Amino acid sequence: MTDFAVELKALSVNLGGQTVLDRVDLSVNPGEYLAILGPNGGGKSTLLKVILGLHRPSSGEAQVLGQSPRQARRKVGYVPQQSAFDLDFPIRVSEVVRMGRLDSFRVGGFNQDDRLAVDEALDRVELRDLSLAPVGALSGGEVQRVLIARALARRPQLLLLDEPTSSLDERIGHSIWDLFDELSQEMTVMIVSHDMGAVARSVGSVACLNQQLHMHPSKELTSEILEAAYGCPIDLLAHGHPHRVLADHEGT
Amino acid sequence: MWEALSLPFFQRVLIAGLLASVACGVIGSYVVSKRIASLTGGLSHAAFGGVGLGYWAGLSPLIGAAGFGLVASMIIGMAHRKVRSGLDILIAMVWSVGMALGIIFIALTPGYVPDLMSYLFGSLLFVSWADVGLVAIVDVIILSAVFLFHPLFETICFDEEYAEASGMPAGPTLLTLLGLASLAIVTLLRVVGVILAIALLTMPAATARRWVGTLPAMMVLSVGLCAASIAGGLFLSYGISGAWGLSIPPGPLIILIATITYVSSIALPHRRHAETNGNTLRA
Repeated sequence: MTDFAVELKALSVNLGGQTVLDRVDLSVNPGEYLAILGPNGGGKSTLLKVILGLHRPSSGEAQVLGQSPRQARRKVGYVPQQSAFDLDFPIRVSEVVRMGRLDSFRVGGFNQDDRLAVDEALDRVELRDLSLAPVGALSGGEVQRVLIARALARRPQLLLLDEPTSSLDERIGHSIWDLFDELSQEMTVMIVSHDMGAVARSVGSVACLNQQLHMHPSKELTSEILEAAYGCPIDLLAHGHPHRVLADHEGT
Repeated sequence: MWEALSLPFFQRVLIAGLLASVACGVIGSYVVSKRIASLTGGLSHAAFGGVGLGYWAGLSPLIGAAGFGLVASMIIGMAHRKVRSGLDILIAMVWSVGMALGIIFIALTPGYVPDLMSYLFGSLLFVSWADVGLVAIVDVIILSAVFLFHPLFETICFDEEYAEASGMPAGPTLLTLLGLASLAIVTLLRVVGVILAIALLTMPAATARRWVGTLPAMMVLSVGLCAASIAGGLFLSYGISGAWGLSIPPGPLIILIATITYVSSIALPHRRHAETNGNTLRA
């Protein structure tokens, strides 16, 4: 039994003959608000999928809320990348959110507690008045809130967010990050993001992942931290809203 | 044309067609929403292998088609879950191998196979009360499964990765759904045939999707559109035969009616656009 919300020990994952995660050690405390940074293909989404029990490690160990990842699923909320589903699907907001109540084989419909949890989640993301709207009629920001509500409907202890603001403009992204900040007061939050400004503003700690993981116990982003994450020299520019640029280096 | 309703053979095929509409409209709504029409096309053609097996083994061809379709649905379903590339080739293989085996079994069957064409394109004449009973049983199976497991089916159709991540039995749910699709195809074999079944399984549902906002509503409308297409095609086939002496199987006529309905629906405003324009949506 472990006291960590998430504990990975020397965890490696090989997919299709390639090493995606290489001896990753990670300990996330209950209540921690952690961002995972890194380049595309660096293993960030794979790391979340290991925590969700979707990928089995090739070696090493993974514990989630003191259990195996598969056993812990019903206590974990997950917000995938928005592009994973069809916006033309004929479904209402409340019907998507109540999917969050399904965590195993189930016969029949939803009960009173399910409906209460759905209403709570919709209130939390301020979408109660759109509960009967078709998802396909919503804006990008609203769809993202629906997916967050779906994750919250299972009343999770751990919230996993996979690039939740990548398809949103900056203004809407800001409001979504404000919501994450609130949620982080109540549960452990792990977020994969490329949004340096929001990460610097919001999270408590940063892990940089590019097959191997480097943990940084503060949210301060330096060029050195980003260089470790992205695998090449990077300058961090700050003019109102920090962002990254590639610094001059060999091979560019 | 209405005198057809007093003819026993027409009563049987009409009842079979209307019962098939239930299976077709309900399962077709899942098929269209999950965008697995090509998988289902593979299943419908694979069912012909079971028709041939039924002839060869002296069983009901519909029973053979159901068994063959269920096996094919397991193969295609597991491939859909496991194979990351080359799935289209596998579907094409199941599609054509099913047809090939059907032809081989029929060639091995002694004597003449009188109603073979009815399994390819549908027929007014060859539906028995036993066939009607089988279609009714399939309807009961499908409606019971949907009543019990709709939340799982809906989730797997909407977001399969999320279903898996949430601990739902995503694999068994998908296989069950494909198994039900293969049974729905069996209900259509006598009325529209193997080759055209996929069209009736998709077009009414695709038409319905343009007009409604939920899966249950899509199912109800799709069942109605299926029933209208099938009844229209059957009456038209009978009417053409009576008026001009031409023997056109009902299957192609049913499909043409479903197609005209779908194409006409495209000309009208889409539900989603209408609702978006009617609501004040926030950023």
